[in-house]
Amino acid sequence: MRHLLTTETLDRAAIESLLDSADEFLDVLHRPIPKVPALRGKTVATLFFEPSTRTRMSFEKAAKALSADTMSFSPSTSSLKKGESLKDTVLTIHAMGVDCMVVRHEATGAAWRVAEWVDVPVINGGDGAHQHPTQALLDCLTIRQRFGGLDGLRIAIVGDVRHSRVARSDVFAMATLGAEITLIAPPTLLPLDTTGWPVGTSCNLDDVLTEFDVVYLLRVQAERGGASVFPSNAEYRERFGMTRERMSRLKPDTVVLHPGPMIRGIEIDAAVADDPRCLVLGQVTNGVAVRMSALYHLMGGVPVE
Amino acid sequence: MTRVMDDADVARALRRIAHEILERNKGGSDLVIVGIHTRGVPLAERLAGEIADIEGAPIPSGKLDIGLYRDDLDSRPTVSLGPTEIPVDIDKRTVVLVDDVLYTGRTIRAALDALADLGRPAVVQLAVLVDRGHRQLPIRADYVGKNIPTSLGEHVSVRLRSVDADEGVFIDAAHIGGDA
Amino acid sequence: MSDVLIAGGLVVTPDGPMGVDVLVREGIVAEVGESVRRDGATVLDASGAWVGPGFVDLHAHLREPGQEHKEDIVSGSAAAAAGGYTALVAMPNTDPPIDRGHLARFVADRGRAVGLVDVIPAGCISGGREGTALAHLDELWSAGVTLFTDDGDTVADAGLLRRAMEYVGQLGGVIAQHAIDGGLASGGQMHEGPLSSRLGMQGIPALAEEMTVARDLSLVRLTGCRYHLQHVSTAGSAALIAAAKREGLPVTSEVTPHHLAYDDSAVAGTDPAFKMMPPLRSVADMRALRDALRAGDIDAVATDHAPHADHEKDVPFEEAPFGVTGLEWAAAVTNTTCGLDPAAFFERLSVAPARIIGAADHGRLVEPGTPANLVVFDPGRRTLAGSTVSKSANSPHLGSHWDGGVRFTMLRGRLTHTLAGAAAP
Repeated sequence: MRHLLTTETLDRAAIESLLDSADEFLDVLHRPIPKVPALRGKTVATLFFEPSTRTRMSFEKAAKALSADTMSFSPSTSSLKKGESLKDTVLTIHAMGVDCMVVRHEATGAAWRVAEWVDVPVINGGDGAHQHPTQALLDCLTIRQRFGGLDGLRIAIVGDVRHSRVARSDVFAMATLGAEITLIAPPTLLPLDTTGWPVGTSCNLDDVLTEFDVVYLLRVQAERGGASVFPSNAEYRERFGMTRERMSRLKPDTVVLHPGPMIRGIEIDAAVADDPRCLVLGQVTNGVAVRMSALYHLMGGVPVE
Repeated sequence: MTRVMDDADVARALRRIAHEILERNKGGSDLVIVGIHTRGVPLAERLAGEIADIEGAPIPSGKLDIGLYRDDLDSRPTVSLGPTEIPVDIDKRTVVLVDDVLYTGRTIRAALDALADLGRPAVVQLAVLVDRGHRQLPIRADYVGKNIPTSLGEHVSVRLRSVDADEGVFIDAAHIGGDA
Repeated sequence: MSDVLIAGGLVVTPDGPMGVDVLVREGIVAEVGESVRRDGATVLDASGAWVGPGFVDLHAHLREPGQEHKEDIVSGSAAAAAGGYTALVAMPNTDPPIDRGHLARFVADRGRAVGLVDVIPAGCISGGREGTALAHLDELWSAGVTLFTDDGDTVADAGLLRRAMEYVGQLGGVIAQHAIDGGLASGGQMHEGPLSSRLGMQGIPALAEEMTVARDLSLVRLTGCRYHLQHVSTAGSAALIAAAKREGLPVTSEVTPHHLAYDDSAVAGTDPAFKMMPPLRSVADMRALRDALRAGDIDAVATDHAPHADHEKDVPFEEAPFGVTGLEWAAAVTNTTCGLDPAAFFERLSVAPARIIGAADHGRLVEPGTPANLVVFDPGRRTLAGSTVSKSANSPHLGSHWDGGVRFTMLRGRLTHTLAGAAAP
């Protein structure tokens, strides 16, 4: 594997290999010295053109746990304001000597362009509403830890699917691992055309709520969809929020996941967020391990492709 | 392909090494046998079993994956990771590392680094089924099943019943490419 | 200038395609026949090739004045000549836009001075292309403009479009429309379909074009003005145009080579070389466009040659400007995708476009007395689109092989392009 850009092209063996390695890295993270020398001397650059503190920190922690050095680029203080193009920014950072780039950008396909411009592995940290593969991998790892695997699991993805790169990455990764996925959202927030997607859809959460083993909640992204995608936050919570009442109707073993950051009181009630069946903090820990796994698989050996 | 040890030879070697370990360490207390992934692991389990037979008490054994400590990551494709599980705390204990073939010594160096991140053993010793020479680092084995001088072009392979179809030690001529 | 004999080709004459020779003298076709005397003439070998009227492009962006870093009239003319074109219509969305007579004259004069292709300026429909008030249509007409378009933008105000049609209609000109509803297309980057959903990108539904076409056709019915639909991209639009023709409305339309060659799956890799407006559409749309071109429901092939500099296109897909180039390979791409017979081929690439723009010296089937604006096109030659003489290299065709190559292009008897290695003077 040369780059990690999308979950659409990862087959089952590839995903399981990444998750198996992530399990080993979880062990490393729990040791007294939570560090291994595998990527010593290598530099990982995070280029986050869209604001994100948490994902960037997760990648930095992952790189450091592998003994790599990190560099981070953030646009607010940068030369982009002076009119430098993305390509020149990337080439400049590359010329400083980096061994891997993690790129997050609001434009679809940005990570693919970067991969064309440099000769080091590239990880897509999120491009537009398109893909965010490491998020999907950590979600799959979290579910696998709880259920042993994803075969036959019924998973609901609830919320602004139309504008969600997390949802798109999850759909393809989880389906590859054998899960049955249903997208649940008001019509304005479902993708326009899901032909060929391995999913079912529904516009009514209450009708189908009790069927699921995993409920994955998305945030309503005002900044991506534009103001007029849903009438009001209160209405959203009323019809699609994971309220305490809905939580009580779930099967006893059903778990709730969320990619973060959560908006308590809209897509998830505070009580639900604090319930032991809500695995959000586990997701965060798994995120570091999964990113260690991605970095190790891309940099811990000569490229095979 | 020449067979230089058959399954009876392997069994005898392991039994002898078990006795040597007990003799050198004056008994089995504080011992933990740790096998290096891949074939060091079943050898370690068998060795721990032999020692337990002689002593009449179980001896802890564990497995160590050294993939994250290798010094040749830039010259090979990424190797998938195996589990590292040692059931006891290694601090102040005598760790006997076990591997199938001792060659350049680089695997053992990586194993020593990995152990250092897991704790601080009092003593680390090394048991190998085969020592084929050509050391690149100042590493030596404390316990050796068989010394087999080889040329660099040859490849030594160990097969074990628990992992492979048969059991024994084999030499293959003219195989280019390293093992550690 | 000595005589030129184009020998051994299949010549498209008013009596049909024939295996004859063509003698060109002083910029005119002097003789067409089987045993034409050739003493003193320069001989161009046309064996295995078609000989016909030079191609006419109804839609090319030469970017001069104002955006010469992308292209100018020199480089654009060179690309056109290399593609077998003897005339082209230069789009008016330059900087400043061509909404005044003197600006149209500037473009025409520049083209004449370069002398590689006849540059026919189009004029804006609205002043400044702002879509609010009419441009100086009379002034433009006096400067030789017969085709009016706000291409790059759609004339959205139906009242303004009606007035433009009434005015241009009584002049005898043609209103050309870049037909995309701004509201439905807002923020759109690619065709709205399964792939846009999968990529998470805003799409432009086929309806955005078809709604505008339907509305415009109602205005044509009302005003009787000649109407030309630019870069048709959907099966629905092709059907609307076909129905309008059957009804007897004065409508014509064009399709680009890239809409004949690619569907939206080409965008799956988010490569901006496949980003243009209107976008590449579904496979069904692409096939319908090919069928419509073959049947004549779509009158002409037009390139919508839209150069952008490397640094402008070498960015993430959503940030890239819309537009691709294609003058040099239009004929080969059309030949590869549609397999037209020689008569139909020249009808779509030369005869019909010349008729639509009123270029009397172009698009003439070969017979004595016609101006020698000719192209020798080898339909069987496998050509690699390897490099370009345009200033810009933003073409999806680059790097691919096509069936067909232009061997010679001739403007008023003078060679403007010779294929490297072709048997020539």
